[in-house]
Amino acid sequence: MGIRANFENNLQELKSKITEMGELSVVALERSFTALKAQDVELALKVIEGDTAIDNLEIEINQFSIWIMAKEAPVSRDLREIIGVLKISSEIERVGDFAVNIAKSTIKIGNTISLLDITDLEKMKNISIEMLRKAIQSFLEENILLAKEVGNLEDDVDQYSAETYKKLTTYLSEHPEETNQLVQLLFVNRFLERTADHITNVAESTAFLIKGQIYDFNS
Amino acid sequence: MEQRKEASIINVRDLNLFYGEKQALFGVDLAIQEKEVTALIGPSGCGKSTFLRTLNRMNDLIDGVKITGDVVIDHENIYRSNDVIKLRTKVGMVFQKPNLFPMSIYDNVAYGPRMQGIKNKKELNIIVEDSLRSAAIWDEVKDRLKTSALGLSGGQQQRVCIARAIAMKPDIILMDEPTSALDPISTLKIEELITNMKKDYTIVIVTHNMQQAARISDKTAFFLNGEIVEYDDTDNIFSTPQDQRTEDYVTGRFG
Repeated sequence: MGIRANFENNLQELKSKITEMGELSVVALERSFTALKAQDVELALKVIEGDTAIDNLEIEINQFSIWIMAKEAPVSRDLREIIGVLKISSEIERVGDFAVNIAKSTIKIGNTISLLDITDLEKMKNISIEMLRKAIQSFLEENILLAKEVGNLEDDVDQYSAETYKKLTTYLSEHPEETNQLVQLLFVNRFLERTADHITNVAESTAFLIKGQIYDFNS
Repeated sequence: MEQRKEASIINVRDLNLFYGEKQALFGVDLAIQEKEVTALIGPSGCGKSTFLRTLNRMNDLIDGVKITGDVVIDHENIYRSNDVIKLRTKVGMVFQKPNLFPMSIYDNVAYGPRMQGIKNKKELNIIVEDSLRSAAIWDEVKDRLKTSALGLSGGQQQRVCIARAIAMKPDIILMDEPTSALDPISTLKIEELITNMKKDYTIVIVTHNMQQAARISDKTAFFLNGEIVEYDDTDNIFSTPQDQRTEDYVTGRFG
């Protein structure tokens, strides 16, 4: 082939930027949760600082995508790939924001006896990270089966989230003195549930790029 | 499918074309819809211009050409009738390079109608004005109708060529890369003209400009090695083509 080698390189560059964003977001989520678990304010602050790198990558991807579209006039799969990259980068950026939100909740909880063990938040975090890895991999390999798996995993997160909500609100009615921490944990529950939604959107964009039709893995 | 067949003004069935020993078209089937723009795309030498020229028997002029199969235009098999003049009245053509006669703008457009025997000045005036208006060139040339057509710019000349084709009141206009010799603005003017013309005419256009095919056509046929690989709504050809070869071609991976 060899035709449009420069364009192919540009597309590869976009893909590697998405990979980098994905890796940074995985690290941000892991760290934010480690900080929550250990009540480590220092680490939480690092997560907040680190979000700038994710935001900057999203801006770079946006600008680069616009430039590629302007000069290459892509069609068909090429066009879907670039549109996919634009959408996926904005979803991953949101995942980074949720890691920041978890870090902020960690700071608000401060040092106290942790109630994390009564929740399924850690399981939700683990599944979310698995989802994110799979979503990125499905995008890089253009693997529709992996994208569908992401959609299935999201159901598990939703279920754990509903259970965690019940556990936390029940505990709250019995221990009103723990309101501050419990409210923050309810927030974290919400952040993780939303994180999984956004990762599912990544999988949907990937499925669109592969098949050229709209998928809804959220329903 | 049946409904689609009824709406089609050109029906091509199992068309084969040979230049001497060399076969250039292989079993082409195509139903072209009335009052739509159909784009023919494909790499050089794929047979798309040859195919276009079979639609008004332009290949008859080439030595050693043999054609089998059917081209039915408006319920008439054009290769079973000998009335080529009538066919070319019905099926006009615009070429890659403007090919105006070395005469005035007016005489260029009036040429066809005069050959058909129209002598009445008033009638000719109306035909010339209407045709030039339809080709979106009237305002630019109305004050210089009697000057040489060759003094116009390339883009203007091409629109006068379109006016000359329109003056014959055809049903179908064939265009063989009509903008490939034009600058980008003239190209856009012709594209806009084509889009406006389809309410009155069926247009079949060969183009190497993929974006142009995407912009102006309703249906696109992708030719490769004398065969049609894929024929579908233009939206589908440029968004979700079914054949890998089409995908590779429209995305610029080969050709």
